[in-house]
Amino acid sequence: MIYQGKQKIWSDYQKEIPDDNWYYVRSCIRQNFFPASEKMFTEITRNVLGKDVYETPFHTTCGGIAYHCDTIPQETVMTIVARQFALMTEAGYENYCPSCITSFGNYAEILETWHEFPELEAKIREDLWKACKREFKKPKYLAHSSDLIYHWRNEIADKARYRLVDKETGEPLKIVEHIGCHYAKMFPHKAVGGAEYPYVLAGMVESWGGQVIDYPERRHCCGYGFRQYHVKANRGYSISNTHKKFESMEPYHPDAIITNCPGCPYFLDRWQYVIAEQTGKTYGRGGYGIPVLTYEELAGIVLGYDPWDLGLQLHQVAVEPLLDKIGIEYDPKAKYLGLNKEDLLRPELPTVLKCC
Amino acid sequence: MMDFGFSLSKSSTLNLDTADLSLYKKLCELSPDARTCMACGSCSATCTAGPFSGMSVRKVILDLQRGRDVKAMVQGCMLCGKCIMVCPRGINTRNLILNLCKIYDR
Repeated sequence: MIYQGKQKIWSDYQKEIPDDNWYYVRSCIRQNFFPASEKMFTEITRNVLGKDVYETPFHTTCGGIAYHCDTIPQETVMTIVARQFALMTEAGYENYCPSCITSFGNYAEILETWHEFPELEAKIREDLWKACKREFKKPKYLAHSSDLIYHWRNEIADKARYRLVDKETGEPLKIVEHIGCHYAKMFPHKAVGGAEYPYVLAGMVESWGGQVIDYPERRHCCGYGFRQYHVKANRGYSISNTHKKFESMEPYHPDAIITNCPGCPYFLDRWQYVIAEQTGKTYGRGGYGIPVLTYEELAGIVLGYDPWDLGLQLHQVAVEPLLDKIGIEYDPKAKYLGLNKEDLLRPELPTVLKCC
Repeated sequence: MMDFGFSLSKSSTLNLDTADLSLYKKLCELSPDARTCMACGSCSATCTAGPFSGMSVRKVILDLQRGRDVKAMVQGCMLCGKCIMVCPRGINTRNLILNLCKIYDR
């Protein structure tokens, strides 16, 4: 691909991201999949960067999963979203930041729909008032939490303790960036870099010293696809998509994968175990897999947080080879100790995929 | 091998930098309407031969766009022309298949 062409497209798709005062809403599933990621987002933004990031326990699901599974109509989703906006308005914020990619796509779709069909927005306002006597203002700015980390990537780089380089050779680590489908594929102009060349994760990797890998199936879905995975009979389709991506990236020998979606890191991580059990094949060096990290986890790594406080022990694919390559200090014995230092016991090891 | 209750399909990884698209380009010279296909599958749904021979005009075009050989599939076409009648883009699919046969015969 022509580098100058990419540069031009990236410059066409830059979005305005305010520097402070964000209303943050968590994902339904991320806290189960990679529980430290959202905690790390608030830790980094509030305590490391000193930003005002507010969240409320009254926030609920955005309805995105049910909407994309065709189980609830869009008007219902809109009323749920209207309530979230009402909570933001009541808290005195105007910048809305969802942690989930599907939520981000959902909010973008609803705001765009209300823009095109104001009568629908009026109806939803009425429905919300009837349901819970709330009113709302639409957010001035909508940005995904990865947009914010992208926006502050250089500040993080300035405070970083580690760089994404091989400590032995000094070479940048080869990183695959995987963007959630609902981030840019539905509304490219809402994304940093558009749908073809989203720069949100690539920008982080470059700022933190790594090298982004360009491979043929780079923009292919991770394979989650709600209706593929949630119906067991369709799971072969889900894993086949993931397999296709790994087959495509394998010749480039990536050191890690960074993602910005709730489902992608989970499926790219866990399906490596299933692919290994089904085919006997692993994609990392020496029988290991390719570690899959969320952008908060990667930010936490470069900032020098303890890998076990980042929840990296909850990944299926062992992260130790990556940590060793960067030269990160960690205590292997503390891997399965809880926050209260209580032993969490050891998981059963896979038969093919090598784990530490 | 562990049984998970679902299985893996063969990887259909595509590298457009290395795929040989010469066959598709030749076809587009003879049947430019091939470029207007939106892969809706109406042609395949109405195909009489498809269930027996594996012929699918939609798959033929998609495979050509991915640099794959389609000779075996094309040989399963009976040239009945039902697919022309249902194509929402008005592609002359029978002519497209005939042109493809000519390219293979050369």
